Amino acid sequence: MEDTLRDRIQGIIDSNEVVLFMKGTKHFPQCGFSATVVEVLRRSGSDFQDVNVLEDPAIRQGIKEFANWPTIPQLYVRGQFVGGCDIVREMYDNGELDAVLSPES
Amino acid sequence: MVEAETLEERIRQGVGDVSHVVVRDLTGTRDHWEALIVSGAFSGKSRIQQHQMVYAALGELMAGPIHALALKTYTPESWSEQEG
Repeated sequence: MEDTLRDRIQGIIDSNEVVLFMKGTKHFPQCGFSATVVEVLRRSGSDFQDVNVLEDPAIRQGIKEFANWPTIPQLYVRGQFVGGCDIVREMYDNGELDAVLSPES
Repeated sequence: MVEAETLEERIRQGVGDVSHVVVRDLTGTRDHWEALIVSGAFSGKSRIQQHQMVYAALGELMAGPIHALALKTYTPESWSEQEG
């Protein structure tokens, strides 16, 4: 992956406290897994930034290499990769997600 | 598309020390799968690292044949707790 793409991804992650790389948008998710994470974030009261990878093929491929994670969606909080749909939903179910999302942690 | 046996085999080989693996076709189209895996190799690893081990074991299968893969990973200890 060229540096320019890596820098672009890093820039998006660094300039948003919570960012979700997803298929579709937060208002119109276009994949069940992306929709699940949007819903979980909404219930957690998180004002997250959505990045629609369907409109950006370079990001869609690059983000998989960036996180060494082959699927979308991908959630990042304060620059850290938190997980995909399974992990975020599991964290929501056991109360871990609120801790990760809250600024004090 | 991919066959269940292929998935199980790749997981056993790639993850290693697998004591229990169940794969389930979520949609009957052999490209949306769920896999439950118990392995000693997961011990001491974060959830993300455990899932990355599984993705690494499946390699190129994740780049097309498998559209979605829901993962449940356990160490032998956490699996015995899970079973209660």
